[in-house]
Amino acid sequence: MTQLALVIDLNVCVGCQACVTSCKEWNTSGTAGPMADMNPFGKDPTGTFFNRVQTFEVGTYPNTETVHFPKSCLHCEDPPCVPVCPTGASYKREEDGIVLVDNDKCIGCKYCSWACPYGVRELDEHQKIMTKCTLCVDRIYDESLPENERKPACVNACPTNARLFGDVNDPESEVSAAIREQGGYQLMPEWGTKPANHYLPRRKARITIHEDELIRADNPLRKERHLPMPDADDPTLDETTSW
Amino acid sequence: MHPAFSVIFLTTLIGAGQGLFLALYTGQVYAVFDVLPVQDPVNFYALGSLIALLLLVAGLISSFLHLGRPERAWRSAARWRTSWLSREVIVLPAFMGTVAAWGLLHYLAWNPLLFSFRGTFGIDLSMVIGAVGTLLAFALYLCTGMIYACIKQLQEWATPLTVLNYTLFGLASGFLLATAFANSRGAGLVDFLGGWAIFATVVAFVTRAASLIRNARLKPKSTLGTAIGVRHSKLEQKSQGFMTGSFNTREFFHGASPRKFLFVKWLFLLLVFPVPLALASAGIAAESTGLLLAAFLTQYVGLLAERWFFFAQANHPQNLYYQTV
Ligand code: SF4
Ligand code: SF4
Repeated sequence: MTQLALVIDLNVCVGCQACVTSCKEWNTSGTAGPMADMNPFGKDPTGTFFNRVQTFEVGTYPNTETVHFPKSCLHCEDPPCVPVCPTGASYKREEDGIVLVDNDKCIGCKYCSWACPYGVRELDEHQKIMTKCTLCVDRIYDESLPENERKPACVNACPTNARLFGDVNDPESEVSAAIREQGGYQLMPEWGTKPANHYLPRRKARITIHEDELIRADNPLRKERHLPMPDADDPTLDETTSW
Repeated sequence: MHPAFSVIFLTTLIGAGQGLFLALYTGQVYAVFDVLPVQDPVNFYALGSLIALLLLVAGLISSFLHLGRPERAWRSAARWRTSWLSREVIVLPAFMGTVAAWGLLHYLAWNPLLFSFRGTFGIDLSMVIGAVGTLLAFALYLCTGMIYACIKQLQEWATPLTVLNYTLFGLASGFLLATAFANSRGAGLVDFLGGWAIFATVVAFVTRAASLIRNARLKPKSTLGTAIGVRHSKLEQKSQGFMTGSFNTREFFHGASPRKFLFVKWLFLLLVFPVPLALASAGIAAESTGLLLAAFLTQYVGLLAERWFFFAQANHPQNLYYQTV
């Protein structure tokens, strides 16, 4: 069974918000739109977004690290938002696992947004219906687009390639390999929602160096000298010959 | 959670309406067995069920105000297999219809005897309809409570106490209203109904106190660590990704100051329990409709505060993502 999803690499994301704007740009004129901005030039502007990039700080200064964290619907494999919907407007597609809201059925009761632990559903103030990430369902199957553009708008927009898109149930896919090999994890596993989207953690390459490895113990000249050994800061053979 | 007044009015009004109907019907059942005096069908049963119906209709209207697209409300009966909200949407009109039918039977005095037991007591049509109404009333309490109790991650709500509280508060306020009504219209029912109203209020105090204690001890299962998947004891949000409000900052935060929050808590504890208990006892003793009505109204206002607090206290894990502008 196919389960399309995003894999977001927090090691690479620089928090540039390109995915946020490209998502809004594509979807506001797509089948899920319009994503209304209320009061755009007024005192309290507010708008609908399917994707937000947030920033977190880990640790205490000066040992801190900044984590940019893109957040959108995770297309859970066991989505709590679907069974609670009284109208059936919220549903999960059998064929590719995308969770969608049917614009024509939603009554705007907001119950699904309560049931989602992640706060990724937003009620559109203009249409008065629930909206959320569609994984660009109106784009990824569009054969009029060149093949490499048949991906969610956010994936295409990301300048650092922090967003991967594919079938997480296919063990051979790029996303599955990334999850498997680079420590992909799910958000809030405690609620049993089995999010399809995964995140790749911040990774650091570290090597362990022992003190004796810093000394040129392999210098043959030193080795053959009579004991006691010369001081560590005495010039080595390399250093004497290279100048 | 942000307390929505539409839902606060919906749950308190229909709760009282259900309770009132149950009180009227209980009186009728007891009368069949000659335990309580028979009441006037038009003046008591029909008028009483009309009041219950008005409460239910008011609740229903208020629920429509909650919807973004009320004109599509009919669609919400579709998913009764999985959604408690859908079940409520079905049970509420069914219950209203039953209450209306029950009242109408009494009003028209059309009440054929269906069967009788060896000539001692007879079961007539309104008894049967009333029994159906009783089942539906309890089913409705269950649906209303489960709408909240079934959301796992709202830990303050996810307990059987939620259903129990909704039921008991509905019964208490409904029976209180019935007591006041019986004092003005009925005959010899005040002690019986008033006794049950007081009993329900006291039990509700125990279960609500239990849920307050439970909630005070809750440990949130989600932390910022599980929310973003970083294991560190010191995590802090620096930006939520936008500077002004969004649906997520409006719907899930109550926005009241800690002082107001505490004030509402003590307000409801006062207005739902001791004040109406005192007023009701005095009203029963003095057979004063005014006092009994005051007891009901005080408790109803208290229940509005209780519901506000019920929403405000629930802490949604999505709030972890919206801590800093
Ligand atoms: S992330 Fe929320 S809205 Fe998306 S499928 Fe999961 S529960 Fe539903
Ligand atoms: S807001 Fe719409 S999609 Fe969400 S539960 Fe209500 S009807 Fe379903």
